[in-house]
Amino acid sequence: MLRTRTHYGLTAATLAGLMLVTAACGGTTRGDADDSGGAEAAGEADPNAEIPEGLAISYLPKQLNNPYFTYANTGGEEAAEELKGEYKEVGPSEANASSQVSYINTLSQQGSDVIVIAANDPDAVCSSLQQAQQAGSVIVTYDSDTGKDCRDVFINQATAEDIATTQVEMIAEQIGGEGEIAFLSATPNATNQNAWLELMEEELAKDEYADIEVVDTVYGNDDDQKSFNEMQGLLQTHPDLKGVVSPTTVGLAAAARYLSSSDYKGDVTLTGLGTPNQMKEYVEDGTVEEFALWDPKNMAYLAGYAGASLSAGRITGAEGETFEAGRLGEYEVGADGEIVLGPPTVFNEDNIDDYDF
Amino acid sequence: MAPDVTTPPAGGTALPPRPAGQRSVLQRVLATRESSVIGALLVSILAASLLVDGFASGRNSGFLILDIAAIALIALPMTLVIVTGEIDLSVASTLGLTSAVMGQLWVIGLPLETIAVLCLVLGALLGAVNGLLVTVAGLPSLAVTIGTMAMYRGLAYVILGDQAVADFPFSWTGGATARLSGTPIPWIALLIIVLAVVFGLLLHATPFGRSLYAIGSNDEAARFSGIPVLRTKLVLFIASGTVASLAGVFWTLQYGSARADNAFGLELSVVAAVLLGGVSIFGGKGALLGVLGGVLLLGTIRNALQLADVSSDMLSIVTGTLLVVSVVLPNAIERVRARRRTAEPPS
Amino acid sequence: MTGVSATQAPVAEHGGNGAVRTGRRIRQVRELGILLALVLLVAITTLTNPNFLSSQSVRDLLLGATLLTILAVGQSMVIITRNVDLSVGSTLGLSAFATGTLFVSLPALPIPVVALAGVLVGTVCGAVNGALVAAARVPALVVTLGTLYAFRGIGHWWAAGEQINAADMPDTFLGLGRVAVLNIPAPALIALAVVLTAGWYLGSYRSGRELYAVGSDPQAARLVGIPVDRRVFFPFVVNGSLAGLAGVLYAARFGTLDATVGTGLELEVVAAAVVGGVAIFGGSGTVYGAALGAMLLTTIGAALPMLRVDPFWQQAVVGLLIIVAIGLDRLLVLRAARRLRGGESRGA
Repeated sequence: MLRTRTHYGLTAATLAGLMLVTAACGGTTRGDADDSGGAEAAGEADPNAEIPEGLAISYLPKQLNNPYFTYANTGGEEAAEELKGEYKEVGPSEANASSQVSYINTLSQQGSDVIVIAANDPDAVCSSLQQAQQAGSVIVTYDSDTGKDCRDVFINQATAEDIATTQVEMIAEQIGGEGEIAFLSATPNATNQNAWLELMEEELAKDEYADIEVVDTVYGNDDDQKSFNEMQGLLQTHPDLKGVVSPTTVGLAAAARYLSSSDYKGDVTLTGLGTPNQMKEYVEDGTVEEFALWDPKNMAYLAGYAGASLSAGRITGAEGETFEAGRLGEYEVGADGEIVLGPPTVFNEDNIDDYDF
Repeated sequence: MAPDVTTPPAGGTALPPRPAGQRSVLQRVLATRESSVIGALLVSILAASLLVDGFASGRNSGFLILDIAAIALIALPMTLVIVTGEIDLSVASTLGLTSAVMGQLWVIGLPLETIAVLCLVLGALLGAVNGLLVTVAGLPSLAVTIGTMAMYRGLAYVILGDQAVADFPFSWTGGATARLSGTPIPWIALLIIVLAVVFGLLLHATPFGRSLYAIGSNDEAARFSGIPVLRTKLVLFIASGTVASLAGVFWTLQYGSARADNAFGLELSVVAAVLLGGVSIFGGKGALLGVLGGVLLLGTIRNALQLADVSSDMLSIVTGTLLVVSVVLPNAIERVRARRRTAEPPS
Repeated sequence: MTGVSATQAPVAEHGGNGAVRTGRRIRQVRELGILLALVLLVAITTLTNPNFLSSQSVRDLLLGATLLTILAVGQSMVIITRNVDLSVGSTLGLSAFATGTLFVSLPALPIPVVALAGVLVGTVCGAVNGALVAAARVPALVVTLGTLYAFRGIGHWWAAGEQINAADMPDTFLGLGRVAVLNIPAPALIALAVVLTAGWYLGSYRSGRELYAVGSDPQAARLVGIPVDRRVFFPFVVNGSLAGLAGVLYAARFGTLDATVGTGLELEVVAAAVVGGVAIFGGSGTVYGAALGAMLLTTIGAALPMLRVDPFWQQAVVGLLIIVAIGLDRLLVLRAARRLRGGESRGA
């Protein structure tokens, strides 16, 4: 008796599951052609259109309590103020792929005019961004892009080429142009970091860097403790290591902290991308000579202006259009709706006190 | 076999059993946890509709349902598991592993229909591993599923690494979040309802369901009364794994992204919702309706607070406090009542 | 989950003489087993990569294990009384952030005062948990799942997106990890002191041994006159304080603090205790075992990259280890029960 009932229950549950499967039979494989869900933004740009007052400009960082974004978004607030818009910052407290989706939906439901987002996962946020677009929001990505069908423009903090060459120049100069180096990156699927790593390898393949050898790439997952441990592991596995490049702020700070308290201090060079406040101590105590970064505040500021210009119809996101971005001057929309902020800034003992982020 | 046998929980909470038949049926219905959860749900929906701009709209309820879909699905078998006094903490990792396998099989070139079926089989297997370790090896499910939670998540990373597979066809990813024609309600709501009815009937209207309460109340007594305790638990763990992988397939398509870290930490949200719904962590007590109420209540509060621009910090404070209060309050009321009963003998 | 424990024969610390002896033997076998696994792991890794035992590496390993060890000791005391504290990660985060904030807002305060304040934050969190579990009689799993969210939320709300950097804290404090006696860093010595004190308390004090009695059978413990509520409350307070201490040490070691510090740590801590032979349903296990479990988990994390194993395997290996560990416990308990049934009467 009991047994039959159990079986009924199981069969029912399995059937319900199978219904889902068989509902769309036909065999969909990867090779099949598929219509993309993206809709191209159309329409004419009117460079003289007025930017209306009271635009709702909302910033959705990767994660709310991330100091990098907290600082960056002060630039967003500044832009919104100048444009007489309504600034808002919302976001999940943990940076994972799907957590941003419900915030996008909420912003869209609230009728936000401009959504400025740094995507945790280029794909997971895509369909909800498209829905928000259809509901009338302008989508600007900053820091980390999504697929180009899912947003209007992307504020690129610096071209990957600029970032790669700046870092290669710094490390080459500091280790005297020869020796073993390694990379301490964020996560293995971080879009930015991977592009930079690839370009750095290309740059290092040039003749002038022939004596520099990349021996390892490790990933600290943008987690302080993990990065710390990975740095430790790097130095132990490669006794002849001359330098480490960490193209992520979390990684660089953790690596510097490890280096400053270890026996390797002074022997191993460390550089990469970092924030002046986090690195000040290590620049002062000689652990790190110089490092680079863009100014995230300007990035968010530019995103605010780009969003407002799109919302007002001054630009449509097509290549070659230009717009005014307040104190930063005029910018041009590049291929695929990319707007480049500018070359990265190099920080060292001489200028580090001029920045506060 | 009676479902309301109160065993003293392990923490040392020995409450005197409530004298039966003293209150009217209506009173007893109103006093159940389900009704207070449903009541709280209705009040919060009403309050949110009146106070929060944009809450009471079809579009928003669609968002809300999609937000809680995975939790709602997994909570159904979880309720049955917890009623028997066990727990399955590996569900979110099962979801993640399913997602990783789904991505990898798609890359290899299998058709999605086949992949979906294989994923459900995988979920059943993962659930069976938990179930066998608990029943045959006789290990505590809390420890077992903490272990498999780490193991399944680890295997997900081994299979897919930190890559994401995201080139699923739009007909499927769009289809996953598609609305029932003419309504703002996503079709997944229908699947949740169907499964809820199945699990609800199973738990509340069959001898199998009653045996779950008996097992949860007193494992050994249930065994002596002829209930196949081990087989029953095994079946429940398999169901839990299967539904978790079903949620994994759905999750992957919903976000259009197969990743090893999908739904990381979701097990705690599921357990929180089930407990909020009035299921006792020690087993033997609880109803499926209460759990659905719990899931919806957490989803509604979350959605309303977000729309009201309350930051996510407050969300976790509210969630945590609600969970604790929901258990402390009935306990306190019960104790006051018990004291009053001992003070003046019942008429 | 009482269902499972009811069918097991918990090997208690009190009761018949034979049971005590067998119980002790089981523990010794278990703890020797972990020690053996640890030694093997270190040996294999060192053979593959001799750098693994360099003084810098050993120091790093000990520093790395410090936090998990301290947390595992506190967690074991809670688990021994048949409870669990899932909020330790959030408590650690809150206390670490409190420590950093005090340094920023009151730079004049001496370091020990700040450290004490950090520990006290943990004590308060632990007391909240303990009061809810012991006085309000709410299951520990539910309470601490709730406070896991609540404490973390308070941390986020307090931090409000701010971060505390190494530059905000005094050098002497940050240099704590660099102070070493016989090449053993100071934080590791603190952890060692915690392990020894807790072990001594549990083994030699009446109230300590009563924790096992409470965990083996709360009902019986109450009947023999053990103040169960107090014995349940106390480990939560100790565990909270230790999480607070771990938070202070975290601040000293890592220097960069934000609201997410310690996220997800709770299950790792429970895993360390379980691997170390602390039964999840209370009544058995030692803090020495838990400390060894923490060491083993940390060493696995450090050894896999050295063995050139894909780091993605790490979590899967840890998961497998947990299952093997509890399986082993079960086996030992079964064998002991059989032996006891054959000989003397079953204890407790």
